[in-house]
Amino acid sequence: MSTTKEALDRVALSEDEYKLIVQRLGREPNEVELGMLGSLWSEHCGYKHSKPLLKFLPSKGKGVMVKAGEENAGAIDIGDGMVVVMKMESHNHPSAVEPYQGAATGIGGIVRDIFTMGARPIALLNSLRFGPLTQARNRYLFNGVIAGIAAYGNCLGIPNVGGEIFFADCYSTNPLVNVLCLGIAEKGKLVRAKTSGADDLLVLAGADTGRDGIYGASGLASRTFEDERELRPTVQVGNPFLEKLLIEACLELAQTDWIVGMQDLGAAGLTSATVESAARGGCGMEIDVLKVPRREEDMTPYEVMLSESQERMLVIVKKDYKDRVKSLFDRWEIPSNVIGRVSNNGLAVIKEGDKVVAQIPVSLLVSPPFYRPRVKKPSWITELQSFKANTVPDLKPRQCNSVLLRLLASPNIASKELVYRQYDHQVMNNSVVLPGNDAAVLRIKPSPKPSPLKGEGKERVKGIALTTDGNSRYCYLDPFLGGVIAVAEAARNLVCSGAEPLAITDCLNFGNPERKDVMYCLEQCIKGIARACREWQIPVISGNVSLYNETKGNAIYPTPVIGMVGLLDDINTYCTISFKDEGDLVFLLGNLLPPGDNENGLGGSEYLELVHGLVKGKPAIALDLEKRVQCCCLEAIKKGIIKSAHDCSDGGLAVAIAESCIMGNIGFQSEGVHPESSSGQDSRLDSILFGEHQSRIVVSIVLSSVVKLTKIARKWQAPLTFLGKVGGGRLVIESCIDLPLTKVRGAWCGGLSKVMFAV
Amino acid sequence: MKFGIIVFPGTWSDQDCYYALHDILGQEADYIWHKETKLSGYDCLILPGGFSYGDYLRAGAIARFSPVMAAVEQFADKGGLVIGICNGFQILCEAGLLPGVLLPNSSLQYRCQWVNLRVENSNLPFTSKCCQEQVLKIPISHYEGNYYTDEATLQGLEINGQIVFCYSTSSGKITNEANPNGSLRNIAGIINKKGNILGMMPHPERACESLLGSTDGNIIWESIIEHYQGSSG
Repeated sequence: MSTTKEALDRVALSEDEYKLIVQRLGREPNEVELGMLGSLWSEHCGYKHSKPLLKFLPSKGKGVMVKAGEENAGAIDIGDGMVVVMKMESHNHPSAVEPYQGAATGIGGIVRDIFTMGARPIALLNSLRFGPLTQARNRYLFNGVIAGIAAYGNCLGIPNVGGEIFFADCYSTNPLVNVLCLGIAEKGKLVRAKTSGADDLLVLAGADTGRDGIYGASGLASRTFEDERELRPTVQVGNPFLEKLLIEACLELAQTDWIVGMQDLGAAGLTSATVESAARGGCGMEIDVLKVPRREEDMTPYEVMLSESQERMLVIVKKDYKDRVKSLFDRWEIPSNVIGRVSNNGLAVIKEGDKVVAQIPVSLLVSPPFYRPRVKKPSWITELQSFKANTVPDLKPRQCNSVLLRLLASPNIASKELVYRQYDHQVMNNSVVLPGNDAAVLRIKPSPKPSPLKGEGKERVKGIALTTDGNSRYCYLDPFLGGVIAVAEAARNLVCSGAEPLAITDCLNFGNPERKDVMYCLEQCIKGIARACREWQIPVISGNVSLYNETKGNAIYPTPVIGMVGLLDDINTYCTISFKDEGDLVFLLGNLLPPGDNENGLGGSEYLELVHGLVKGKPAIALDLEKRVQCCCLEAIKKGIIKSAHDCSDGGLAVAIAESCIMGNIGFQSEGVHPESSSGQDSRLDSILFGEHQSRIVVSIVLSSVVKLTKIARKWQAPLTFLGKVGGGRLVIESCIDLPLTKVRGAWCGGLSKVMFAV
Repeated sequence: MKFGIIVFPGTWSDQDCYYALHDILGQEADYIWHKETKLSGYDCLILPGGFSYGDYLRAGAIARFSPVMAAVEQFADKGGLVIGICNGFQILCEAGLLPGVLLPNSSLQYRCQWVNLRVENSNLPFTSKCCQEQVLKIPISHYEGNYYTDEATLQGLEINGQIVFCYSTSSGKITNEANPNGSLRNIAGIINKKGNILGMMPHPERACESLLGSTDGNIIWESIIEHYQGSSG
């Protein structure tokens, strides 16, 4: 072997993989070729450890236009000639190294994935995980990531409408930054990222190419790292202004018939953009690196091919239209250059002037080896699950007020307004339900064409709801059920907003896949997600895997994040979490009392960690019940019966009621429910108030709707319990909680800033 | 009535303004690319929000040199109505068409939130349908919205009734808590001496439908439309 272990390490290839390359190529690769192979065979681009598992996820389903993995993002039909394009992606490692630019370029990358397909990006969400804010380094990462997301997203004029933030020790050195973008396109106007025939031209548009981001895919995203500082040069710097121009120019281009396809330059830069487009079209391609405009001198072909400079697009242009494409980019003041052409010999040929510097079959570049090690349940999971709730004391009634306030102020539950007020969440004039609710709801402006519904009086306008969810504590304790619950909760959040769940994009964040326990968790989580997807019959239309999220042997919790979109046939039927009017009746849809001690809802709960310092036990969910509760809730919302709906999640029933009070600025008084006397041998006070039993929704209705709601609940066999009435200025749950609303609100609103500024 | 919506590279409220004026209020509206040098046939020009040229320098500092700005000035000289919203306000200040500057928010953070605006002068083409001291609910979305000017200019603004909107509580009180960005005297919008160039940080084009939480922005647009109809006979 003529290469060194050091050289292989740099491109994150193993010696066995190198041998495989030599065998398939019939010779040793040169330096440029090795760099290209390393990038495309990296975990980040090649999905070596995850692809064999991803096939468990259902990719087909009603209305799916573009399946997961086919293109830059998935697409699904929402009727009326409109298509939703959606994807979520991680930018974890860059954000750990340089939070501001790491997060900013994460936004840039995911937005390009959407408009590359000819869809106008109309919403961003982000799902973030950090270590506790009591540590200075975590505050630095938190502030940097949020400022980076704000700076880039706000400049683009795309509303940032929702997401979630969760804090746990395991994310201290490995923050997670998952960003979701959703776009909308006319049905026949989707653009593919593929070549079609020889002689089409490869045009590179956007930023000049620099040395930034080299080894981003292979070095940063595809291995664990110990000292983040040395890797700072591998993080790119974003230019949102240029991206905004690219959006407008590329969307204009998408309306023409001058192009064959578009592909953005992301991980592994020019290498992956050109090779993957050629592979999709079954073609070859030829590039001259001298035609690539540089921002630095003396760049080698290797550097040009692997640079991850941001805000660049590859456009595959029909030969006869190159001048028109050029003048369109000129009008937007965007540099564009023909850098090569499509060929029909199946080879990726890289030239520097007349000299060939790399020549490899496209098929070899896109066929990394896949690994599926045999895994078994690690003993540490069994041990965590063996926890028995009776080893911790139950709450006494007099403790409940203060525990509720502590939970509301916990950074995982407290209001995130401190964060989302820094994001423009209203630009584009579609934001109906703003951040702070179970899901974001956006109006879909009708396309200019007359809708068939027009003429029947008022035109019906559609809406979509969006959420991201993933409780990683549950996944740590039970990766399979954690995966199931992530999907169930996302669907529940959409249902509470009045939307029918439609499709999923996911981001799977895990530790080092070379570890068997990590692979076990990955496999189980994926199987859990797949199980729940089948239950709801919703497809996974796109996604991303981020492995190696660990430092010095400490892996993050298994953290699958589910991004889900749902559809509202009529935007006016949307629902929010806030209690509305004095005298409205509050019901719980789902079980008030858990069926048995094993399912006391304490395992993995925020309460158990905050009050008892334990992350133990086991979450539980009955899919059948979950489905019936959701169907009941959605039907009642669509029929206009329900005035507010809020899912019980972190912090349980008491926190859900408190949040509905806070958002509605009105109190609650329980009636007929006595948690203290209900609690006994089989159930505990803490379990009733703060246990995180799944499949529960707190709803409010007017008195006159009781019969209607009861009927719908009976039809779906969904348990329905009367909890009390909306009204007054206090939150009262008989015999255990009695607090003025101002105090409840103060705890929830001030929770995050209290931690941020306490130090 | 015909509105002209000026588009700089990096502008993003252009489509929201178009939607509000054309789709909701049924007015004629055109986009005007920043390279245009002649503007004719328009009754009101809008400089919308966004990040013109990325606002990498001071917000609006580059856009003021765009070719279209000379034409905007001529249009205003002839008495045409001009309204700058958010980035548009910043550009008008940079261009010297309005006095003062917009500093970074006192929080040194971006702010996107609903605010209450008290109408300080309802005798203007832009506010004639408002009551004096009426409170409007309209959102803001900016990083540099902290209005500042020297004492003499401020006095002039006050004496001439050039302060149009101030951040207030929902009951119309001007308090520190109601000020989202640190603006001098809670100023959210001002007008030139002649009364035909308005600059405001909040986004009236985002408050035109009850579905989105407020229709108070329409009061401003309808004032402009009524003024036009009155003046054109």
